Amino acid sequence: MENEIAQVKATAAPEGSDRRLRRLRDRLGPLLRQVVLLPLVLISRAIDPVMRLIQAKAGTGGMIAVFLIPNMAIFGIFVIIPIILNFVYSFTGGAEILLDQRAWVGGQQYERLTDCQNYLDPLSCREDLFWRAAHNTFFFVLFQVSLMVSVSMITALILNRNMAGRGFFRAVFFFPVLLSPVVVGLIWRWILQREGLLNLIVTNFGAERVVWLNDRFYAFAAAIGVSTWAHMGFFTLILLAGLQAIPKDLYEAAEMDATPPARVFWRITLPLLGPNLAVVLVLALIRGVQIFDEAYVLTGGGPGTATMFMTQYIYEVGFASLLRNPGLAAAASILMGAVLVVLTLMQLGLSRRAEKARER
Amino acid sequence: MSTILTFLTRRRGHGGRWHWTDVASWVWLIGGTVLMFGPALWLISSSLKDPAQLAEFPPTLLPYVQQTAAVEGHDTPLPLFTVTMEDGSTRDLAQVRRIGANAQMVDPGDPDAQISVRIADRTPVRDVGIAHGNYTDPFLHFDFFVYLRNSVFVTFFATILTLFTNSMAAFALSKYRFRGRDAVLLVIVGTLMVPLSVILVPLYSVVSRVGLLDSLWGVILPTIATPTGVFLLRQYMLTIPDDLLEAARMDHASEWQIYWRIILPLTAPALAVLAIFSVVWRWNDFLWPLVVLSRRELYTLQIGLNTYAGELNVQWHYILSMTVVTMIPVVLVFVFLQRFITTGIAGAGVK
Repeated sequence: MENEIAQVKATAAPEGSDRRLRRLRDRLGPLLRQVVLLPLVLISRAIDPVMRLIQAKAGTGGMIAVFLIPNMAIFGIFVIIPIILNFVYSFTGGAEILLDQRAWVGGQQYERLTDCQNYLDPLSCREDLFWRAAHNTFFFVLFQVSLMVSVSMITALILNRNMAGRGFFRAVFFFPVLLSPVVVGLIWRWILQREGLLNLIVTNFGAERVVWLNDRFYAFAAAIGVSTWAHMGFFTLILLAGLQAIPKDLYEAAEMDATPPARVFWRITLPLLGPNLAVVLVLALIRGVQIFDEAYVLTGGGPGTATMFMTQYIYEVGFASLLRNPGLAAAASILMGAVLVVLTLMQLGLSRRAEKARER
Repeated sequence: MSTILTFLTRRRGHGGRWHWTDVASWVWLIGGTVLMFGPALWLISSSLKDPAQLAEFPPTLLPYVQQTAAVEGHDTPLPLFTVTMEDGSTRDLAQVRRIGANAQMVDPGDPDAQISVRIADRTPVRDVGIAHGNYTDPFLHFDFFVYLRNSVFVTFFATILTLFTNSMAAFALSKYRFRGRDAVLLVIVGTLMVPLSVILVPLYSVVSRVGLLDSLWGVILPTIATPTGVFLLRQYMLTIPDDLLEAARMDHASEWQIYWRIILPLTAPALAVLAIFSVVWRWNDFLWPLVVLSRRELYTLQIGLNTYAGELNVQWHYILSMTVVTMIPVVLVFVFLQRFITTGIAGAGVK
């Protein structure tokens, strides 16, 4: 034992030059850190007296304001004011962006958006593109959220089992979550193109090549599949956290009673995961309604308007198209915002219930 | 070897017997791994191919480059082909030039005799190799470096400012009792409900009124007051005991010093999580920069990439390599910091 330690010591410090190098590094390390931190230290030295002065003049209450003002000013300017302005915009017309050049038109934009003979048929509406986007978004959310929740659920259940490499696999499913929507869109555009990987696989099974993104059905399916691929890791994590919070003794008791696994799932896992599942469901709904980036890079809304979703409609009507109409875009975004507010209130209520359930 | 096998096939708790659910789980996990990493690996492999090879079907899994041979009497090395001769034998020949459906070939060993063959009779001689021009050209001939610089600028300053403003607000909201605190908290929660896509039009007009249109600060400033960040930090600061603050006040520390010298260092783990989040968010931002930036020299990587990919004549060999470069910071975050993020999400349920 002693010998071994001596050996380790010997291999750790074999020569004088090595030791000198280490001593140099030990001295340089803190020095380097000081150089990097120097600006920070200087700033802090400069701020200290100023802040002390403010505190002396305005008291602790003044300091609270100092702490809050930067964040709240930015909130006010870039979130609160735009929310209020959005309503004003939705009652004005014209192509100008600046508010003082715009004419008040009352509820015309809303009338235009809701002028429909049959709400189920976008072509019968005056603003058919809006209803096309609404339809697409509805069906997208319907299919994407069901797919997302089921795939995440299965993955979370598997990751919750006692198996080798669990941490590794948890990370694997999280990888696409970090990728930017542009990267996600481009990766899949490359795979789905005519000379792409998917066609290689398909032709290996003897089928004909397909230009996937030029086909209305496949393009829509691709938007669903790709966005699920990109975000399922996030929902898997939340569900996994919920699964791991279920007390282990419940499962031990079930095992002692020789309860069949299916019954354990329906009677223990699902009811206790319920609140988390509900949160995930609503969160997926909220995200689904806002779908834009990766679908836009993947298909650009096409072919035709097959994958045009609500956010893209707002973006194009507000900024991109030649016949831009910011008032109409604002009205559309308020309608979408109303849906989101309802969903978010649901989520807040559900997560509060989930928290209470956990405390109990 | 056998110990590795037993380790891999060992199952905890069930006495080593394989159940069909174990098999199904492994199939799911391994299939999932292929599906999650496969597309990115395919992207990387494709980004190393030259344009001719990218247009090919069926595509090869690995990138190849055509072999060339230096032939006497020619300044540049000539591409090598395997040619099927009329008598059915094959020879490796270098191509001098192509004329319509025929190619003038030459034997590298015998540079004087030129042979004319139909192009259908020749296949390129290739070896696994890398078309590195895909990576060097965009830096030299495109604005790629400018985009990269813009993205780094936006990500860096947005993250620094996010950490500052959010931690100050979180400090005030967690360590002081004052009138209107609950109202402020409510406003911050409320803003969680309004995503960017809902306030796109008025936000654009506000930013243009403030004079930040077509500037990188117009991209940065609206993003820094993240409600998620304020909550994450406030939650963490609530766990710091107030006695510490009282003790500091006894020693005549100013409120600012308490924040700067005591609270911030103690909040470091939460700040690190927020910093990682912020870097990923800002690096990946798309819709807002797309709206604010219209001058090409201000584009961030994401906008630049999308513009290149939207051009009529899509140069995939450059786009693929630029996509890989865009992916690098995020992959680094994934490899080294993934654990922080996953615990952050599992703990707070935020993204």
